[in-house]
Amino acid sequence: MSFLTILEQLTPGMWRSMLIFFLTLLFSLPLGLAVAFGRMSKCTPWRWLIKAYISIMRGTPLMLQLMVVYYGPFYIFGVSISSGYKFYAVIIAFVVNYAAYFAEIYRGGIESIAVGQYEAAEVLGYTKNQTFFRIILPQVIKRILPSITNEIITLIKDTSLSFVITYMEMFTTARQIAASQSSVLPFVGAAVFYYVFNLIVAVLMEKAEKRAAYFE
Amino acid sequence: MDADVILEMKDIKKSFGELDVLNGISLSVRRGEVLAVIGPSGGGKSTLLRCATLLETIDSGAIRYLGETAADTGVEGSAVYAPIEKLRKIRSYFGLVFQNFNLFPHYSVLKNVTDAPVVVQKCSKREAEEKGRALLKKMGLEDKETYYPSQLSGGQQQRVSIVRALAMEPQILFFDEPTSALDPELTGEVLKVIRQLADEHMTMVIVTHEMAFARAVADTVVFMDGGVIVEQGPPEQVLGAPREERTRQFLARYSEKEA
Ligand SMILES: Nc1ncnc2c1ncn2[C@@H]1O[C@H](COP(=O)(O)OP(=O)(O)OP(=O)(O)O)[C@@H](O)[C@H]1O
Ligand SMILES: [Mg+2]
Repeated sequence: MSFLTILEQLTPGMWRSMLIFFLTLLFSLPLGLAVAFGRMSKCTPWRWLIKAYISIMRGTPLMLQLMVVYYGPFYIFGVSISSGYKFYAVIIAFVVNYAAYFAEIYRGGIESIAVGQYEAAEVLGYTKNQTFFRIILPQVIKRILPSITNEIITLIKDTSLSFVITYMEMFTTARQIAASQSSVLPFVGAAVFYYVFNLIVAVLMEKAEKRAAYFE
Repeated sequence: MDADVILEMKDIKKSFGELDVLNGISLSVRRGEVLAVIGPSGGGKSTLLRCATLLETIDSGAIRYLGETAADTGVEGSAVYAPIEKLRKIRSYFGLVFQNFNLFPHYSVLKNVTDAPVVVQKCSKREAEEKGRALLKKMGLEDKETYYPSQLSGGQQQRVSIVRALAMEPQILFFDEPTSALDPELTGEVLKVIRQLADEHMTMVIVTHEMAFARAVADTVVFMDGGVIVEQGPPEQVLGAPREERTRQFLARYSEKEA
């Protein structure tokens, strides 16, 4: 089997990996902000609940979380799981996990903004929402961009963890082809994909950081 | 009540936990009046300004702007604030210039001074920009509108923050030590624009350690210490011939430091 044929067979896996990546970002970035607010809430029980959630998400392997989300409904509730659920399980697990990481990044960023910014906005008559979205958030985003980049790069590689529930993304596909062909070439192809994808994302994020550098 | 009274504060009390910071302060500011507040560190000057600008809540007493009550002592003896909508209206009566400017770093100079008029007052962008440019020009900042705050000197930043406050067309403007974060050589340019505003009869309350400046621009000087107003009156009296021993001591220590 030629390398080209292998690449061709890897292509659907590649699209799935990219789909996991984009959907995870699409949902976990806003969800993370909401979680960050919960984490900073004045309501103590609520704050502790969110704290526990973040702690569990960060303190247990994502691989295990994937298994819980996928097999959990069957083993805990006896619900039979359809094969179509696999995709949703992957997305749910990744979104819920990454939202926890993003939440802590947002929180750090929000807490680093000087109180004088809020006070200046308050005296000028901005509402709480206007203050947050116009004055605070743009400064937060600029500050957290490097940490977000780190997470995004980790996410690309983490998508391969979906192999534990044999969702046919890049890595799972490569593993299957490698086993059936007794060849390491599929893994080489996969490695090239992850590396190039990472490179592109890193370049884009660097551009974003440069763009955000217009103010200090 | 007197229609020309812009701000009235009555028997303001404020403590932080055990620490009584304001122990019954009453003062009023009339239209066009410039009030300078002086006094030793920790005397409660900033707290008074923060209470007046609703950044801090008072424990008891009353705050009124143009006869409209922002807060008043209720039946239980503690201060009750007006509903949020009324407070929003009252906030539009005053502006505040901070010691460390607090400009918005992600906005250009022009955006800093036009954003609130557009977003809060619903001015058209064009109108806000015209007004903003005119004010920037007046403060000698006409060539800086595309700059970001981090590209400006402290004195320029403070002048921008004064423009930002003026753009909202406040009835009264508060300053909390507007020059104490500045190098001495930049102090003059900021004091100059404040003096210019005084000449135009802008109503102002200025907390300052610049005695010469207070003497030159203030109609009334208030000397605060230990959370009370020890003495107040025209600058010639309070700074020139103080009646109270505490004022004398403070001024003596001050002139020593300046000499
Ligand atoms: N948020 C706060 N929490 C607790 N204590 C406070 C707070 N703000 C001010 N204080 C205390 O209140 C007292 C008065 O402070 P304030 O800042 O009003 O003094 P000031 O006259 O402005 O002094 P300075 O000339 O140094 O600016 C001080 O003892 C200060 O430590
Ligand atoms: Mg002070």
